This record gives sequence, C-alpha cells and structure tokens, in this order.
Amino acid sequence: MAKITFITSSNEKITVAATEGSVMELAVNNNVQGIDGDCGGVCSCATCHVFVAPEDVDKVGVASEIETDMLELADDANEYSRLCCQIPVTDAIDNVVFTVAK
Amino acid sequence: MFSLITKTLRMAKCKFADAFKEEREKSGIGKMDDQGDPVVMLLNHKDVRKAAHNYKVFSSEAVPGRIVVPSEVNIRTTRQIPFEVDPPMHKEYRSLLEAWFKRPLQDTYEEKLTTIISTVLDDVLSKDKVDVVSDLALVIQSRALTLLLNVPFDKSVKWISWGTHVFRSEGEALDGDKAAILYNYIDEEIDNAIANPADNLYSTLLAAEVNGKKLTKEEVKGVLILTFAGGRDTVINALTNMMSYFSANKKALDYIRSKPEIIKTAVEEFIRYFSPLTHMGRVVTEDTTVCEHAVKADSRISLCWASANRDEKVFENPDEVILERKVNPHVGFGFSHHNCLGATHARQIMRITLKLLAEKVSDITVLEAEENIENLGEFTRKVGYNSLKATFKKR
Ligand code: HEM
Ligand code: HEM
Ligand code: FES
Repeated sequence: MAKITFITSSNEKITVAATEGSVMELAVNNNVQGIDGDCGGVCSCATCHVFVAPEDVDKVGVASEIETDMLELADDANEYSRLCCQIPVTDAIDNVVFTVAK
Repeated sequence: MFSLITKTLRMAKCKFADAFKEEREKSGIGKMDDQGDPVVMLLNHKDVRKAAHNYKVFSSEAVPGRIVVPSEVNIRTTRQIPFEVDPPMHKEYRSLLEAWFKRPLQDTYEEKLTTIISTVLDDVLSKDKVDVVSDLALVIQSRALTLLLNVPFDKSVKWISWGTHVFRSEGEALDGDKAAILYNYIDEEIDNAIANPADNLYSTLLAAEVNGKKLTKEEVKGVLILTFAGGRDTVINALTNMMSYFSANKKALDYIRSKPEIIKTAVEEFIRYFSPLTHMGRVVTEDTTVCEHAVKADSRISLCWASANRDEKVFENPDEVILERKVNPHVGFGFSHHNCLGATHARQIMRITLKLLAEKVSDITVLEAEENIENLGEFTRKVGYNSLKATFKKR
C-alpha cells in the first residue's frame, strides 16, 4: 500500500492510497483537478503532467526515452517533470508528493 | 478534405498499409502538388511533433483554408476557430471551449452515448446485411454529435440525410456548393439560437467573450463548422475501419470480451494504426529546413500523422495492431497546441462502441468493400471505405 499526495494548481492537497495501477489512474479515480489522463495512459497526450518533489526523485525514478521526448515539448516542463501514467503505484513510492502541472 | 477518391471493388482484407515507409526511411519527406501550391510532407515522428510545437515558424494562421490539403482557399473565407489561429490568441479560444468539450467524461453523457450506440448496434444486428459506413458509422457519428452540441436528438435525422458525401460530389475533391449546405444550415441554427437561447453549444458560444469582447457571429460559425466537419469523416472512418478489423481478426472480439480492461489501449492502437486524419498543413513563416531539406517562407508543409504513427524508430512492429500496446505515443489526434479538441468525444464513442460490440456481437464478416483511397502526390493511402457491406451476428 502506497500513500500518495497530490497538490493541485488551486493548492488543494489530496492524499490517497492504492496498491496497484498507475499514479495517473489513482489521480483520475480521485478526481484530482488538472490530471485528465485523456489517452488512458499510453504516453500520447501529456494530460497527466506532474512535478515530483525534489526529495522524492530517487524514489520515483527517471522517465523513459519516449516519455522524455514527450516532456521535452510539454508546456512548463522542468527537471522534475513526469507523465504520471508512466509511474506505477508500488510500495517504493509511499509518501511521495506530486504537484499537478496545470 | 483530401484528394480524389478512386474506387476499387474487391473483397476486403483489413490491411492498412504504411504508404510512407520507403520515403520516410530514405529522405524523411514527401512532396505533393496541390492546385499549384505544393506541400512538403514531414514523415518522421520526431519532425512532425517538433513542427507541430513550433507554431512561430509553422503557422496555422494563414489565409483561411490554406493549411488544409487539398487547399480550401477557393471555397471558403470563414476562418475555422481555434484550428486556424496561432498562439497566443489560440489559447484564448481554446480555453473557452475546453470545458464544453470535456463533457463527454460526465456520467450522464456516457450513459446517453451508451444508449445511442446500443440502439444502433441492436438495429444492425436485426438486419441480414448492412453497410457499415451508412447504417452504422454515419448514424452513430450523427446521433452522438447531438450530445456534443447538446441539441435535440431529432436534429441528427437531417445530418444523416446529408450522407457521407456532404462536402463532396463524385470525382471532385472539393465542392463549394456542397459545403454551402453546411454553411447555410449553421447560419440558420445560429439565428435560431439568437432568437431562442438554450443550453447548447450555439448559445454558449454566442454568450462567450474573448478579451472582454463577445464572439462575433462569424467567429461562432468558425467554431461550429469545425465541429461538424472535423468530427465527421474522422469518426466515420475510425468506426468503419474498426469493424473491418474484426472481420479480418475473428478472435479479437472474444479476446476483448474476456479482457475488457484493454479497451482503452485498444482504442489508442486503432487510432494509431488507422490514423483517420492523414495529415494537416502549416504555412512556413521564414526560410528554414525540415529534415535537412530547405523550405521557403510562405510555402507549405504538412504534418503527416499517418506516417509518424508507423515510424519504426518509435513503434515496435508498427504495421501490427497490438491491442495491448502499453506505450503508444501516437499523434493520431495531432500534437501540441492544436491537438484534437474533439478527442474526448471521439474516444468515448470508440470505447463505448468497442465495449458494446464485445458484449453483443459474436462475429462480423465483410462481404464487399469499396475502399476510399487518397491520392497524395507520389503516395496513395487507404484511409477507410466508401462502403463496407457486412453481416453482424448476435452473441
Ligand atoms: C470548413 C471546414 C471543413 C470543410 C469545408 C471540409 C471539407 C472537406 C471535404 C470537401 C472533404 C472531402 C474531400 C474528398 O472528397 O476528397 C473532407 C474530407 C475530410 N475532412 Fe474535412 N473539411 C473541413 C474541416 C475538417 C477538419 C477540421 C478536419 C480534421 C481535423 C477534417 C477532416 C477530414 C477528413 C478526415 C476527411 C476524410 C477524407 C476522406 O475520407 O476522403 N475536415 N472535408
Ligand atoms: C477519430 C476521430 C478524430 C481524429 C483522428 C481527429 C484528428 C485530429 C487531428 C490530427 C487534429 C490536429 C490538426 C492540426 O494540428 O492542425 C485535430 C484537430 C481538431 N479536431 Fe479532431 N479528430 C477526430 C475527431 C474530432 C471530433 C469528433 C471533433 C469535434 C466534434 C474534432 C474537432 C477538432 C477540432 C476543433 C480541432 C482543432 C483544434 C485546435 O486547433 O485547437 N475532431 N483533430
Ligand atoms: S495519460 Fe496520456 S500521456 Fe499520460
């Protein structure tokens, strides 16, 4: 079981828990504002863009090349950007904080 | 909005070949003439995405109709919004529209769409033989559009009666008179909405403001035309082609029925593989190069989504339909600023249709197919069918 916190652009803090699926699915199922997950998680829409808290980067891991190419052309992407449909929910990311990009 | 339709009559196999492979690997670009205004087509996934992102050099805001291939400059003057507007103005219009075009995610919308599609499938199942294009795809597309606009269901009767050839006459790519049917219809509906405001897209747009100014009638028209035109052949081809796939892959329906959780990835894969919109143009604003090829200011390029979607540098086994393709950065709905505004609606139509098909239908068999082939200069590409006669069996 991993506990995950989202901070939306209206500064709402939402903490939820799950054992499986992707971080995008978790956000969509909990109506986290700003995460739409339009493409269902296949890395084609960039509507699941989040910033990983700097102290959590090691836990979350790095983006694949395909994800990086996608992020390169996303609005306001920075070194902490991830497409959260590409992050599986596992115990490894317990207590991680994601800030929603839009 | 493509070139001439040639007709081929033959038994159908669901094969949608990659028309651009050779040229993509060789030079990365394709060339086609179009009414004296040639087009350099970008074929690589990377180049297509980069150019789509770089609106300053590759603009959508040319003379209305010029970014469309074949060019529509001679048949219309109305600027399509937000399609033919560059950032930053593009964003002003987009933000007006975005919430409305996300409505397909609401539960009530999904329920109504399910009823619409279910009714059409039951009707198809009650017949010995149907034309998938006119009896299934056109009907679902038209009825679903009443939900997107939030207008009475009856409105779809007229849209269906226009047939699939609302903009075209036999053998002619672009037909101004036929486009006028749509233009006049929209003018009338806007006037109706002015007289009797309602909770529909017409009235919502009429009440909307950009930078403190109400949208003009011309701007409202620009948005609506796009909603009708952009979402018609694309959705019809996506649905029809999906049916042809099930005829050629007899086990796929059972498979999806046993694993409905793959519906989302399957739909993205169909959009990638079929790429219902082949390409879209841009006008070059300064002398530059694309894929090491010089292009001049005021010339045209196109972003070839269909080629990018088969790029072997990005997709493993690009010519295979892999229903569970997990990472699928396709550009079937475009990319960056102008990515498809109707995608939420289109995806819902595809997902619900697939779900209901798997539940209700045990077999689809194509009997006769007339392919719709686009001629794009040196390339020919099958984009869908003009007609597809088939039998549907109940589960
Ligand atoms: C005022 C707006 C538009 C007009 C008047 C228009 C006109 C046309 C015409 C005349 C055709 C038939 C071409 C042929 O027979 O070869 C066509 C087909 C098509 N259009 Fe458009 N178009 C418009 C906007 C759009 C937009 C915005 C999109 C997509 C984003 C789009 C996508 C398509 C597609 C996919 C086809 C099908 C090609 C085929 O099956 O042959 N259209 N349109
Ligand atoms: C499977 C179905 C569809 C496909 C494959 C598709 C494809 C595309 C593509 C590739 C673009 C990008 C054009 C560009 O970059 O210039 C686009 C834009 C657009 N599409 Fe679609 N489309 C589909 C359905 C729809 C539907 C149902 C609607 C609305 C009813 C729609 C409305 C639009 C609009 C308004 C734009 C312009 C967005 C902008 O400029 O910001 N499309 N579509
Ligand atoms: S949900 Fe589409 S890229 Fe993540």
